[in-house]
Order: sequence, then C-alpha cells, then structure tokens
Amino acid sequence: MSTGGSAPRLEVPRLEVRGVSKRFPGVLANDRVDFAVAPGEIHALLGENGAGKSTLVKIIYGVLGPDEGEIFWNGEAVSVADPHAARALGIGMVFQHFSLFEAMTVLENVALGMDRAEDMTALAQRVREISEAYGLPLDPERDVYTLSVGERQRIEIVRCLLQNPKLLIMDEPTSVLTPQEVERLFETLRQLAAEGVSILYISHKLQEIKALCDRATILRGGKVVAACDPKAETAKSMAQMMIGAELKTVTRRSGGALGEARLAVEGLTLASEAVHGTDLKNVSFAVKAGEVFGIAGVAGNGQNELLMALSGERLADHETVVRIDGTAVGRSDAGRRRRLGLCAVPEERNGHAAVPGMSLVENAVLSGHHRMALLSHLFIRAGAAARFAAEIVRAFDVRTPGTGVAAGSLSGGNLQKFVVGREILQKPKVLVVSQPTWGVDAGAAATIHQALADLATEGVAVVVVSQDLDELLAITDRLAVINVGVLSSAMVTAEASVEEIGLLMGGVHGLDGSVPGEEASHVA
Amino acid sequence: MTPDAIALVLLTVISAATPLLFAALGELVVEKSGVLNLGVEGMMILGAVAAFAVAVTTGSGSLGVLAGAAAGTALAFVFGVLTLTLAANQVATGLALTIFGLGLSSLIGAGYVGIPVSPLAKLAVPGVSDLPLIGPLIFGHDALVYLSIAAVAAVAWFLKKSRAGMILRAVGESDISAHSIGYDVIAVRYRAVLFGGAMAGLGGAFLSLSYTPLWAEGMTAGRGWIALALVVFASWRPWRLLAGAYLFGGVTIAQLYTQGAGGLGIPSQVMSMLPYLATILVLTIIAAGPWKGRLNAPACLGKPFRPST
Amino acid sequence: MSPRLAPLKIEARREIPRGLLYATPLLAVALTVVAGFFIFLAMGYDPFLSLYHFFVSPLLSFYGWSELMVKAAPLILIGVGLAVGFRANVWNIGAEGQLTVGAITGGVVALAVWGEEPVWILPVMCLAGIGGGMAYAAIPAFLKTRFGVNEILTSLMLTYVATLFLSTLVYGPLKDPMGFNFPQSRMFGDAALLPLLLEGTRLHLGTGIAVAIAVAGWVMMTFTIVGFQVRVLGQAPQAARFAGFSSTRIVWFCLLLSGGLAGLAGTFEVAGPIGQLIPSISPGYGFTAIIVAFLGRLHPLGIILSGLLMALSYIGGETAQVEVGLPQAVTGVFQGLLLFFLLASDFLVRYRLRFRPTVAAAASSQPAE
Repeated sequence: MSTGGSAPRLEVPRLEVRGVSKRFPGVLANDRVDFAVAPGEIHALLGENGAGKSTLVKIIYGVLGPDEGEIFWNGEAVSVADPHAARALGIGMVFQHFSLFEAMTVLENVALGMDRAEDMTALAQRVREISEAYGLPLDPERDVYTLSVGERQRIEIVRCLLQNPKLLIMDEPTSVLTPQEVERLFETLRQLAAEGVSILYISHKLQEIKALCDRATILRGGKVVAACDPKAETAKSMAQMMIGAELKTVTRRSGGALGEARLAVEGLTLASEAVHGTDLKNVSFAVKAGEVFGIAGVAGNGQNELLMALSGERLADHETVVRIDGTAVGRSDAGRRRRLGLCAVPEERNGHAAVPGMSLVENAVLSGHHRMALLSHLFIRAGAAARFAAEIVRAFDVRTPGTGVAAGSLSGGNLQKFVVGREILQKPKVLVVSQPTWGVDAGAAATIHQALADLATEGVAVVVVSQDLDELLAITDRLAVINVGVLSSAMVTAEASVEEIGLLMGGVHGLDGSVPGEEASHVA
Repeated sequence: MTPDAIALVLLTVISAATPLLFAALGELVVEKSGVLNLGVEGMMILGAVAAFAVAVTTGSGSLGVLAGAAAGTALAFVFGVLTLTLAANQVATGLALTIFGLGLSSLIGAGYVGIPVSPLAKLAVPGVSDLPLIGPLIFGHDALVYLSIAAVAAVAWFLKKSRAGMILRAVGESDISAHSIGYDVIAVRYRAVLFGGAMAGLGGAFLSLSYTPLWAEGMTAGRGWIALALVVFASWRPWRLLAGAYLFGGVTIAQLYTQGAGGLGIPSQVMSMLPYLATILVLTIIAAGPWKGRLNAPACLGKPFRPST
Repeated sequence: MSPRLAPLKIEARREIPRGLLYATPLLAVALTVVAGFFIFLAMGYDPFLSLYHFFVSPLLSFYGWSELMVKAAPLILIGVGLAVGFRANVWNIGAEGQLTVGAITGGVVALAVWGEEPVWILPVMCLAGIGGGMAYAAIPAFLKTRFGVNEILTSLMLTYVATLFLSTLVYGPLKDPMGFNFPQSRMFGDAALLPLLLEGTRLHLGTGIAVAIAVAGWVMMTFTIVGFQVRVLGQAPQAARFAGFSSTRIVWFCLLLSGGLAGLAGTFEVAGPIGQLIPSISPGYGFTAIIVAFLGRLHPLGIILSGLLMALSYIGGETAQVEVGLPQAVTGVFQGLLLFFLLASDFLVRYRLRFRPTVAAAASSQPAE
C-alpha cells in the first residue's frame, strides 16, 4: 500500500459507475449517473440534501440494488449483491448515520463488521494497532453508548481500515464533528490517500471539499450536472453548480435587541429520559423580543432534551426555571405554554412534529388547536381546521395535491415548510426551532430563514437550535454552544470566532480526544 | 420432613418449573433477536397436544416429544411468515397464535381426553439413584429435565460467546445497522422464531407427557404468558431465567401443597390465584425497582422491519 | 443489464388506500371459508354440508338471527372499547377478566335485593357492572402509568384471577342455598333481568345498547379531540407529547373505557341470557372481541358488522355440532384462522406489489424532474 498519492490519472479507475439509475416511489433518486474514482484520489460527491448522493453510495456498497446501470471495479464489471460482496472487493463505508450497536462493545462492533469469525483477542490487538497508526484512539472493551459521537465515528473508520480497503466511502462524515475534529479526520484521510486508498467523500460543505478533495462530481436532482477540480473553483461557483441558481441572502434589519426578555431560562437541570441520553446541567439563557438566538453544538449533546424542556414536553423541577414574558411555566405542559405564546418545531418531522399517517388538516389541528380556536368544546371544528391547513400550504408554498393527503406523503422539504409554517402562522411570542432547514433544498431554506428573520422583526423571540454552524452564523444575533448538556455563555454572533465556537463544541477535555476515558465520562 | 419427603417436594418443583423454563428460554432468544412473540401459550399447548397424540398413537414418548417440538415450530413458522415476511403487527399476530393454538389443540385433543399415557422414562443409575435426597434429586428425572438445564447453558454460551449469537444480539439491538453492514435481519429472526417455537413445543410436550401426564383442554393454563413474564423478570439473562423458572415452580407447588393440606381454611381457588398474582408482583418489582434491568432489553424489541431493496 | 432484477417489487405505500383497508376483511373471511373447506375435508366431514351448517343454516331462521344478535351484543360492546385502546397502542387483552368482574358486581347487586323487586335495580346493576370492570382495568392502568408495567401481561394474568374469584363465590358465599349444592347462585328476580326486545327470543335490551354505544364510539373517535388524542398517541407518541396530550391520561381513559364496557357486557350476560351467576359466564367473548376489533378495522361501525360475523362463528359452531357432529373447538380454529388471514392481507394495504418494468421500458420512460 505505497503507490503514492500523486499517481497518474490515466490509469484504470479503481471505481467507475456507468448509467446508474434508482427509482423510489414518487422520486427518481439517481438518473443515469456516471463518474469514476482513480486510485489514491480523494473524490468529492457534492450535492444538496436529496440530490441522490446517499442513494448512489448505498448502491456502490451493495445496500441497495440499482434499477439500471453498471459498476466497474479496476476496469471489470462487477455485481455488488450486498455489503459482504462490497467488502470482498475492497470497498469500505462509513455511514452518515452510524451502523453501530449501542449496547455492545467497541470490539463486538468491529467484529460484526468483519466477514469472518475472528479471534477476539487478536482482533482487539489489531484494533489498537490501527487506531494508533492513524491517530484514532479507541478502547476496544468500552460499550458504545458511553462514547462521544466523534469516538463512534472512529469505530466505523477502524472497522473499515481493518479490511485493508482500496476504496473508502465517507458519507457526510463531518456533520457530527467539531471543526478541530474535522481537521484531524482530514489528516487521517490524506494519510490513507497517500498510501493509495481511494476515498469517495460525500458532502454538501464546499469549504471542506476545497480543502480536502482532488476532484468533485456534482449531483443535482439525481443527475450528474458537473465535474470539476475543487481547488480551481470558488465556493460560490461550486454552490451555483450544486443549486443551479443564484443564492438568495436573508435580508433583515440589523441592530441590537430589544426590550424585555420574552423567554428566560434559569438553572435548568434535567435528567434525560432516554437510556443513553444527555442530561441538561444548569442551563441558563434569555432571549429578548426581536432577537434570534442560536444554540450550536454537535449532535447528541442535549439539544433534544433542551427543546423538549422548552416546548413543555418535559417539565422542569420548578415553575420558575422557564418564563414566557415573565410568566413562570417550568411545570406547565405544552398546551399551556402554547396558549401563552411559545411555539416549537422539533428536529424530527416524522412522528414528532407531525403524524405521518394523518392528513395535513389533522396535523394542523395537532399543534394549532390551542391558539387557532379549532375546538368547540370537545369537538374539532372541521371547517376552521381545513382553512388553517390551507393557509399554511399557501403561505409557505407547500407542494401538495391538497390538504387531505397524509403528511408522510410529502417530501421532507415540503413537510418541513408545513411544520415551520404551522407554528409561524400561530403568531407566537416565542418560537423555538430545531434544525429549521435540515433536509430542505436551498430555495426552501432561504424561505424559512427569511420567515424567521421577519418574525424577529415583528418582535418575536426566536431560538434556533442547529448543528449547522454556517446557518447560525448567518441568521442569529447571539449564540451559545451546548456541549454534554452544558450551555456556554452567550456571545454576539458578529463578534464570535469559528475557532472559539469550535473549541466550545468540543468541550474542554474532548478537544484533545486522545483520552477516550475522559471524553466518555461526560457522556455516560 | 424426611429427606425422602423433601426430595419429593423438590422433584415436583423441578417438574413444575421445566415447562416454564423451556418456553421462556425459547422466547428469550426470540426477543434477543428483536421479535416479541406473544403466542407462546398457543405454541405450547399445540406442542402439548401433538406430543400427547403421537405418544399415545405410536406408544413412543420420544416420538411424542419430537412431535411437540415440531408442532411448536410449525406454529412459529406461521408467526414468522406474518410478522417477518409480511411485517404484520407482532402483538396482534401473537394473540392470533394463542387463539388459534388453543382452538386447534382442543380440536385435535377432543379424542384424547381421559386417555392415559405412559410417562417419559426416568433416568435411573443403579446404586446411586437410591442415595437419600441426592439420588432422586439428581437422577430421578426424565431426559427433558436435563435437556432444559443443558439448554440454559447452551443458550448462555451461544449469546455471549458465539459469533452467531453476537449477530443475533446485533440484529435485536439495531435492525437497520445490521442490515446496512450486510446481515440478513429477516433470516436471523426466522431462525430465532423457529427455535422459540420448538422450545415452547418442548415445554408443552413435557407438560402433557411428564408433568400431568394426560391431556386436558386448555391445560397450559397461562404458563405461556408466565413464561413471557419470566423473560422480563430475568432481564434477558439465561441463568437468571433458570432461577426465575424454579422460583415459579416453587410457587406452583407451594399452593398445591397448601390446598392438599386443607388449605388453611382458604378456598382452593384463592390459592390457585397465587402464580398469576406472583407474576404481576414480580413484573411490578422489576419495573419499579432501582435496578436498570430494562437496560438489557433489546432496543428493537417488537418493531417490524422490512429492508428496502 | 442490471445485476439485480427481481420480477416483483414491494414498495411501502405512502398513504393507506381506504377502499382496500375496508375490503381486505372480506378477503380474509373468504380465505377462512376456503381454509375451512379443506379442514373439514381433512377431518373426514362433508365439507359442503359442514360449511352450510356453520355459515348458512343459522341465518335461515328468525330465531337464528335473534341468537346472533344476543351473542353479538357482548362482542360489540367489548370490541368497541378494545378498539379505542388498540388505536392508542394500549393493549388491554384482559377484557375477559373485566367482563367476569362486571358480571360479579352486577350480579351481587341483583342478589343483594333478592326477593324484592325494586324498579331501580337494573340501572344500578349496570352501573355496578361498569364500575367493576373499570376498577379491574384500573389495576393494569395504574401499574402501567405508575411503574411502566406492560399491560398485556398484567391484564391477562388478572383474567385467570377473575375466573378463579367467580368460582370461589359460586362455590362459596353466593351458592344458591336451595340449589342442591350446584355451583351457581340463585336465579335473579324478574326486575333484575333485562327486558326482552322480542317475545319468544332471548334478544334483550343489551343488543340495542351495544349498537348505540358503537355509534357513540364512532362519533367520539371521528369528531372529538378525545378521539384525536387517542389516534395521535397510537400513531406517534412523541407527536402526542409535542401537542401537549398526556399519555398517562389517555392510557387511563382507554383502560377504563374498555374495562367499563367489558364490565357492562358481563352484567348484560348475567342479567340477560343467563339470569344467575355460574362458574363460566362467557365462552371467551373477551378474547374473541380482540378479533372483532381487528376485523372491524378498529372502526366502531365496522365492529358492529364484525361482531355479528364472529357471533355467527359461535352459533355456527353449535349448529354444526348438532347437525354434523363437528367438535365445538372448530369455532376457535376459525377465529384464529380469520385473524391470521386478516393480518396477512394487511400486507396488501400497507405495501404496493409491482412487477418491475423491463429494462428497456424503464429506460424509455424517465419521468420529468
């Protein structure tokens, strides 16, 4: 494994995909996709959410079968029937949503990724060797649920490396990492490429691709729309290829805030009810009228717990811990908080913000019945509910054949517009939104960002919880970072440095990362 | 009490516990793979009637035992087709299995009510079997009792040490992850479900060929459901399951003895409630206790899975 | 060209087609009849004659219809209550026990005033029956909401306890002193018996009430926020919490409702067709009602129809026993089979089966983006 990173490009590609198409109900996820990856090359697959990147790599890895098209491995046509076959060829994959088993040990997780039974003692030794050689420290005996997200990703990478892959697929690997962890991952990937391993790097983050990749294939709507050398392009030019249009920028009046605190949280401490969740520890912050407040952080650091504590899905220990416009609501349920003016949009659309099997009208009733007068005693006012649903669809450009269809039949982006719109149209005084643009296309993201900005202009206190730091930097007035359930002090966004935020996201001890025991102690 | 009397009591405890142990051990493996089969009662009673019918017809207890296991497996296969292949609701399907099993067993068993069968042969070692207390306790059983204890050891080893057991646990822990790294979730679960059916069938066979030994309609009397509760009680650990089954065997025998001894003035029906009330009590203690037994519950328990292709 | 061309493609439907949802129970019934044909054949009975006596001959007489409605009453009452719970993912499978307790509490009221004929006795018996069933269902409700104990196992265990308790009573304190030591209570007084709707039959007021309650259940589930809360909790518990619906209250509501209706059914049985307390009140109505609920698609109006159908399985079983000597256990087999076929046919509702287009056809039919 020492062919060198600067291998000539004219040789036979390690992987070539020709004319691959894949259809799902209602969507053509891949449309005759062609591209090739050379040995030792770091190749970016760039595209927006929903462009078909994940589907394509699942086909390459044998998780999904293509409807049409061929895959060539070192110049020969191959059929990748399942992931075992992919691994036998020399393809390794690190999934965006990890394929790990929480209640099992690191070693068992690694062994499950191997295709043959291995002697566990010898395997543990090899795990230690690999993790040392590539700067990926891991303790084989630890249970996975005690590990941080960054450590979990290391398991996935080590699991791949143990099989001496010739092609390593990384699906959105940095969405769960701090900026510092990202830099370290890149070093590992460059080292691998220098040893001759091809890397297929899936992302929608342009700066990363410019920093890391030798070539890029750009997907849009399931089709290959361009191929380029990222180092020769600007982030803006690649963004235009990816989105196919000029980016809109959010317009809003700048300026400080703005009256009394509409939402005040003081000393919120809450044990997580999830078996492997994160407890909130003494969280305090206040948001004024007209202010957009951001909460940054790596996934799984207490964001869900915080959102539920704000929305009223979980109750605090004391009434005074949470205040809406001065009214103590810490022990009040979601219904009372809504009536007082606090609306929320949780991260997960299907099954949390919306009931997939129910119609849009019923989903409008779900959270709208408190503020929109959709009830007459115990009876639901069907006409009023239908009008409210129709208004959401119209005002937020939700693409749907009607309001009678099930929420689950909408695309992710359209459902997101619906649930965000449903809360905004209730004229909240405080709006808490988690991942407002997760999985929506750039146009819809701009619409949602604009709506949040307008809401703030009207005097609403807006809280945005997001893992996308770029999003928070663009739309918030102030922000704070949550790490292992602790919220940092707030900083003015315009004056904050990415470096500093990154350090906070990693936590004080987690930054070095070479002591897994220490890192995990916050998580456990 | 004389040593002989104590041995006799312990013997009956063991034989009251063995059907529960078989059924619960099978269900433990099923649940570890992420499947909740509530049809244990149905598989058990079908196993009981099949074993009895075959043993009476052929005169062979061994063939009867095999028939019991086969009947349980067959019914489990129906469960597998519905819940694994057709992704039907596991709770509803389990209930259907029980209703169907109870109905079919009384249909098959209608001609066998009141017929005697020779009980399964007891293991006897000349000389040693005659030792007081130890002799009858260790050697006074039929082969199924030894098999049930060996099965506990085998399942414990399988789950903890073998690769196939590790894969089974992985499938129960996260079906999506197991699928995405290339394991055939449905195939693993089919094997577990069929094993669970065979074990429930064996439990039923023991009931009708050794414990009673005769056939009576509805003779499992809720043992399949108690077996389900035992799995929770044992927090999915095989050796703890053994302890739980013997504990319940003890409760059953204690109430029988109290009834036999004149019941202390308590109506016999009230004594008969004991195993059921004990089950509720045990479930409550497990759920309410400070220990995190539920941590051991397979994360995907009861969730239907269909791979996208 | 493609390496993996399966002829059949199975896709999850994004929306449940209503027509299919209500048509598949009919398919399940048809398949059960076909399966019954082969079962009778295998058992050495004339399949045509057996099926005729099982499914047709009970419907040829006026009396047969009236008996059908007598048996359907408890099935509908219990089925409606259970269906509400099942919608919320609350699995009360101990309705048989709640029925038994309702029969006891209602019956005890009747026996307490034995010898007198107060006019208020029937309403009080009904209230006692409802209260008894509710109180009995409150045990699993309390254990589930307070400690998180699975209601399936507790409600089922309590069924065995209830049956034993009834037996304790009729062998003991409630035994008819003039009854030649038979394990049964005195016959209830006339005022404690449900009025008959039609002379010469056993059709009593309870059937009418059962239908009325099913209609009320439909109104509640379809038009009120209560039914909405139940449905949301069942389909998406997190969304229910997000909307501010208390799962604890809904679980209590579902168990008390289904327990109360089962208890009422129990009182109706002892105040209707039976007229006294005996060791066995019900031929498994509480369990059969589970099938009734599923076969009726958890829809209260559908449950009226499925309740009648399952009542036919009891009466048909009896008729076939008398006419062709079929063992009565056939009823249980049929009920189980019906639920199997129903669950299997559900697959068609939730998934779309499609034969894949050929490669050439697919290539020439790219949908526009």
